[in-house]
Amino acid sequence: MARTLFQKVWDLHTVRMLPNGQTQLFIGLHLVHEVTSPQAFAELAERGWPVRRPDRTFATVDHIIPTAARVRPFADLMAESMTSALEANCRKYGIRLFDPSTGSQGIVHVIGPEQGLTQPGLTIACGDSHTSTHGAFGAIAFGIGTSQVRDVLASQCLALAPLKVRRIEVNGTLPEGVYAKDVILSIIGRLGVKGGTGYAYEYAGDTIARMSMDERMTICNMSIEGGARVGYVNPDETTFEFLRGRPYAPSGEAFDRACDWWRSLASDSDAEWDDVVRLDAAALAPTVTWGINPGQSVDVDGRLPKPAGSADAGVSEALEFMGFAAGQPIAGTRIDVAFIGSCTNGRLSDLREAARIVKGHRVAKHVRALVVPGSQSVAVAAEREGLDAVFRDAGFDWRGAGCSMCLAMNPDRLEGREVCASSSNRNFKGRQGSPTGRTLLMSPAMVAAAALAGEVVDVRSWSTEAPALAGV
Amino acid sequence: MTTRSSRIEHASGTAVPVRGDDIDTDRIIPARFLKTITFEGLEAHVFEDDRKQAAEHGTPHPFDVPAHQGAHVLVVQGNFGCGSSREHAPQAIARWGIQAIVGESFAEIFFGNSLMIGLPCVTASRADLEKLLTLAETQPTTVFDVDLASGQLRAGSLVVPVTMPDAAREALRTGNWDATGLLVDRYEEVERTAARLPYLSGFAS
Ligand code: SF4
Repeated sequence: MARTLFQKVWDLHTVRMLPNGQTQLFIGLHLVHEVTSPQAFAELAERGWPVRRPDRTFATVDHIIPTAARVRPFADLMAESMTSALEANCRKYGIRLFDPSTGSQGIVHVIGPEQGLTQPGLTIACGDSHTSTHGAFGAIAFGIGTSQVRDVLASQCLALAPLKVRRIEVNGTLPEGVYAKDVILSIIGRLGVKGGTGYAYEYAGDTIARMSMDERMTICNMSIEGGARVGYVNPDETTFEFLRGRPYAPSGEAFDRACDWWRSLASDSDAEWDDVVRLDAAALAPTVTWGINPGQSVDVDGRLPKPAGSADAGVSEALEFMGFAAGQPIAGTRIDVAFIGSCTNGRLSDLREAARIVKGHRVAKHVRALVVPGSQSVAVAAEREGLDAVFRDAGFDWRGAGCSMCLAMNPDRLEGREVCASSSNRNFKGRQGSPTGRTLLMSPAMVAAAALAGEVVDVRSWSTEAPALAGV
Repeated sequence: MTTRSSRIEHASGTAVPVRGDDIDTDRIIPARFLKTITFEGLEAHVFEDDRKQAAEHGTPHPFDVPAHQGAHVLVVQGNFGCGSSREHAPQAIARWGIQAIVGESFAEIFFGNSLMIGLPCVTASRADLEKLLTLAETQPTTVFDVDLASGQLRAGSLVVPVTMPDAAREALRTGNWDATGLLVDRYEEVERTAARLPYLSGFAS
């Protein structure tokens, strides 16, 4: 029978049906970080259980790690104790930890793929909702909570109910200045922040097929912002070429055998999807969020909505929190901070694209701008190309790898009512560390342009602008 | 078999109404309170920033209204708990004293995390929720009784149907919501599944 990738991978990993009707699903790869794991390890110890598959469990520190000075012990005592707890747990159970001394530390969703741990056909779990990122490789990747982290440590399994599958076909050529980030923001804007509840999103179509793995990761990353816990792209030659030669990828003949298996997992052309949605890539524009959830976005040349009565309570609440007027244009919104980084857009190609915009210009005087590479490897590769110098010369801070101002658990955060142009994934109230801080989500290129202009600008016209505008 | 679950059939007590769609986990428990290696004490910070901002506006957040102290039922609207996978969110709510949440819809990870700690999230229609919210706001001493067996919520003279996916409901009613015990049981079946996954042997053949 024709099946989707989701169904094939789900069936392959099904251990049994549990008495309560849930499926016991084997987890092929478990990724662990410092924030959602300490309580799970503590319960494991309390119940006297071992970690079942330390060989399939990998850890890193990303959420709270400072990105400026990294001398241990960290100045923040809680950050220090969470980091040491993870180190102690990894030592105790024999789990490989990618800490800064390895040169491979980074955001968990950046290093999994980088190491070649993330592969097609796996079930992947991590105590982080953006685990959907790994679906870019044709894996079924779930964000889980701490009690489920404990379950996976103890049994290498999860108790779950299957999801429906919605195929989202994106066809056509993306216009200049329009990126994967704009595609996913548009999808969320169209289907809503809860449109994906109960679904896995399968991204397909010729636009997706032409995308690099970095771009596919950006799209799958934000599935959760659309309410879909899982997002994936069927594996193809682009996937295989990305994996070839990575530390944990198979090599030699095993790699060829792996490719055959991976290919066989792609959704059958006559599979039945629970829903199909189509999007025209050529019609998309750079997209910017104006509100307090990622579905509240407009094209950069568009205007904010006008709430139509009480049915639009969400719009009114967002406008009030943001201090924006109904119907105002988004372009021209003054910013205070520019943040380039995160598991959505903190990879090498994102930094390259932002640097291309920044090169030869200066960050506006009133703007605090920082670039936080997604991993140490991304940082090293970027430095080799001289991207750090491009950013520094323009007045950006160039930082160490981590989550940083995406959620501000480390010292990088907004102050007061600051407005931040951010390449991250969430614009929730308080997300970037100040309870009243404001976030505008956009592509890294758009963040770069906003940093230079000091306000939201259209990167499509900015990139053709003469350097004379710099530094205003 | 090791399990620490108990049967959860119903929850009963006064209600605290929190209006608004898409209330995310950053609002339920801001990230700075995730700097901890236990879940203890999280209840003190539930909705902290929302509560502070509401107080500044002169309209106390429902969690600060004296009449709602000691409530066991939380009444919300659509897509409650969207955003991050932090279990700290349902933990903070449960530790504050909430034993059941009724809403129009819940974000999936939040729903699952709540189930994992024995906190039922049941859904009701938007129209019924409007009545329940108003009732909790205007007559805060009303006892809300959520009964999973009959799928009904009774509050004062109101009786409204509430639903939950069957597997979750059965897990709560039979005391199997802490699935860890079930999962670590019969590990030989897990090994049989693992044996058919070529990536675990490095694609050796
Ligand atoms: S970069 Fe942001 S979204 Fe990604 S894992 Fe870190 S905190 Fe979460």
